[in-house]
Amino acid sequence: MTPSTIQQDRIAYRRRQAIRSVLLAALSTAVLGTLLGVLITGAPGWQRVRQSFLDPHIGREFLPTILQGLWLNLRMLVVCSLCALTLGLLVAVLRTLRGPVFFPVRALATLYTYSFRGLPLIIVIYLFAFGIPGLRLQATPNVTVLGGAAIVITYGAYLAEVFRAGIESVHPSQIAAARSLGLSYRQAMRFVVLPQAVRRVAPPLLNDTVALQKDVGLISLAGPIDAIRAAQIGVAQTANFTPYVVAGVLFVLLALPLIGITDWVTLRAARRQNAGA
Amino acid sequence: MVSRYTLTTVGGMALVLAALAGCAPADSPSAGASVSPSTDICPAGTLDTKTAGKLTIGTDNPAYEPWFSDNKPANGKGFEGAVAYQVAQRLGYPAANVTWTSVTFNNAIAPGPKAFDFDINEFSITPERRNAVDFSSPYYLVRQTVITTKSSKIAGAKSIADLRTAKLGAQVGTTSYQAITDLIKPSTQPQVYNNNDDAKAALENGTIDGLVVDLPTAFYMTAAELKQGVIVGQLPQVGVPEQFGLVLDKDSKLTACVSRAVDQLRQDGTLAVLEKTWLAGTGGAPELS
Amino acid sequence: MVLSCDGVRKTFGAAVVLDGLSLEVGEHEVVALIGASGSGKSTLLRCVNLLAEIDDGTIRLDGEDITDPRTDADLVRRKIGLVFQSYNLFPHMTVLDNITLAPVRVHKRPAAEAKEQALEWLARVGLADKATSYPDRLSGGQQQRVAIVRALVNNPRLLLLDEVTSALDPELVGEVLTMIRDLKGDGMTMVLATHEMGFARQVADRVAFLDRGSVLEQGPPEQVLGDPVEARTRQFLARIIEAGRL
Repeated sequence: MTPSTIQQDRIAYRRRQAIRSVLLAALSTAVLGTLLGVLITGAPGWQRVRQSFLDPHIGREFLPTILQGLWLNLRMLVVCSLCALTLGLLVAVLRTLRGPVFFPVRALATLYTYSFRGLPLIIVIYLFAFGIPGLRLQATPNVTVLGGAAIVITYGAYLAEVFRAGIESVHPSQIAAARSLGLSYRQAMRFVVLPQAVRRVAPPLLNDTVALQKDVGLISLAGPIDAIRAAQIGVAQTANFTPYVVAGVLFVLLALPLIGITDWVTLRAARRQNAGA
Repeated sequence: MVSRYTLTTVGGMALVLAALAGCAPADSPSAGASVSPSTDICPAGTLDTKTAGKLTIGTDNPAYEPWFSDNKPANGKGFEGAVAYQVAQRLGYPAANVTWTSVTFNNAIAPGPKAFDFDINEFSITPERRNAVDFSSPYYLVRQTVITTKSSKIAGAKSIADLRTAKLGAQVGTTSYQAITDLIKPSTQPQVYNNNDDAKAALENGTIDGLVVDLPTAFYMTAAELKQGVIVGQLPQVGVPEQFGLVLDKDSKLTACVSRAVDQLRQDGTLAVLEKTWLAGTGGAPELS
Repeated sequence: MVLSCDGVRKTFGAAVVLDGLSLEVGEHEVVALIGASGSGKSTLLRCVNLLAEIDDGTIRLDGEDITDPRTDADLVRRKIGLVFQSYNLFPHMTVLDNITLAPVRVHKRPAAEAKEQALEWLARVGLADKATSYPDRLSGGQQQRVAIVRALVNNPRLLLLDEVTSALDPELVGEVLTMIRDLKGDGMTMVLATHEMGFARQVADRVAFLDRGSVLEQGPPEQVLGDPVEARTRQFLARIIEAGRL
């Protein structure tokens, strides 16, 4: 049915306002963008900066090696995130065990999360990648594995705390309901608590994974060549910073899907949480 | 009607940007007083340095042996320490007028004003780098050398071919890394380290089979730092010989004078003496081919 | 006797909530527990279901001492159903999954069989069309009925209902009470803690008034609710009547 005249007037008014806002936003963005552009390119040192950071030849020259390094970053990201998530979940479950008989386990888990959240990742990587091979044990894994282990152990501590927060945020009545149906503690955790806990902390978990993606590059201090290291080699060779810019862009592109997923999950979680019956 | 709030916001931001634009440094003043043909273009002690009357020399931290000594460039010891003070003297700056400043590799090559008048830090002169910085005349001819430990599998290598199956390492940003990829071309990717300390640790751990460094560093490391260190051999010079030069800001006014000073040191034999003093015993390393 | 509580004592720190409470429930009996908040109704039910550990006394299920520390609490809980005031359905599972979780995982029944039984029950209480919905799509009364079904599909010896209508809007209370009435018709042994005196009168075989941690008075509903013996019972009922809930 056609709306009344009053309603039509309202619709027309709102449309006019909307168009006005969009135009204003576009105009102000254009003005500011132009001002910024003029400011930067008008600066006296602009030519040299452009040469130093945005040289297309050098960018093209080192793109293949940087991409090759990025492949290492990607593989490590996938493996390390999965392992760190698993470790974190395990430690979180251990920390939430009740009962005096489990005290040693809880204490150990707590000690782990406290120390490795405090230790800077660089130091852990040094200890693992340079210290452990120094022991000359049989079957010492290669530095990539050792570095990856360092990353997993450090991030596992953070993720354990995130998971633990999730587990403890599940209302105890859920556990009561599960136990009263005859489910054992393990079954209650597995079918009732953990599924809810993980859903709740998916946003911070994903955020930590995005951070992990960048920290994975630290493995390069142990020898392997990742994207940033490959860029660094190019920078040193040419005394030009363009390879860093190239690496930066590639990292952002690599992170975009994960960041997008993180945002979507966060939004959906917020909606679900707030849309109670 | 545009809301007052929106106008204020946009106007305010425009003002801020305009103010920032005003802060942009003015172009540097044009070249100094005209020079009469009879005046020396490098007036001793009064060059156009960062601080008038003082010469600021940059190097990295830590400053390694045998180029410097004790990580204190100001003590004038070590090959590069000595060369730096000699250059300063030729330019008319006695030791008392020399200050040192810590400069990382990235600082040295970044566009924008430099914190030093010249930088001395085992910089190899390459045509690519000339696009970003000025180099003085070379002051040292570099040879890349492969070192290892006695227990390593390449300890007895006699040729480059023997090295192809090895896991080699080098410090990042050095021509040593390029020597590996261009000359040796090993089957496993070389490992790259932030500095030679890490590389040394990796070598001692057996994580890498061998390390490539310049010849003086090779002698120093195998003699003083590595347990059971051994020099495998020097890599051949291919194409333009690799040489170290002092680094200056691109198009620096000091380049000509500093270069002239280095040339003087070479011509009157000072460089050779300094080499003998600080880099003694760097003869006699086997050559690999 | 299905359930036999003997001198049960439960303290929380300094507070004594259950103080020498004794209660017996026979097969097919429906016992309603009434009493003020804090009188120990919920605590008693949680103790019977071994969700809380008693400090003294004994509780027997079908003659077996379930408060013996050597008993496997999980096994005992399989025989007792407990329905909570706040339904406590699992929000991440559909109604059907909520109901079939215990039969499949605890009682190891085949999934198809459990599903069939679940659907039968849902049809019986008029919620068949909600089988694949998530709890947040159901009204309070519907969720509570699902919670009761969830407890029932495990064929418990004893069904405990802890103020199951207190959190519901008045118009939804009726459907839950109807279901409980039907269960009584099926012969389910039940203990229900409730504020619904009218309902207690209709459904209970016996009403027990809890006061300060023990059963002060118990007997047929007409007697306890209509003409109580104890003064405190009378006071309690007077307050209830004032609140318009009798």
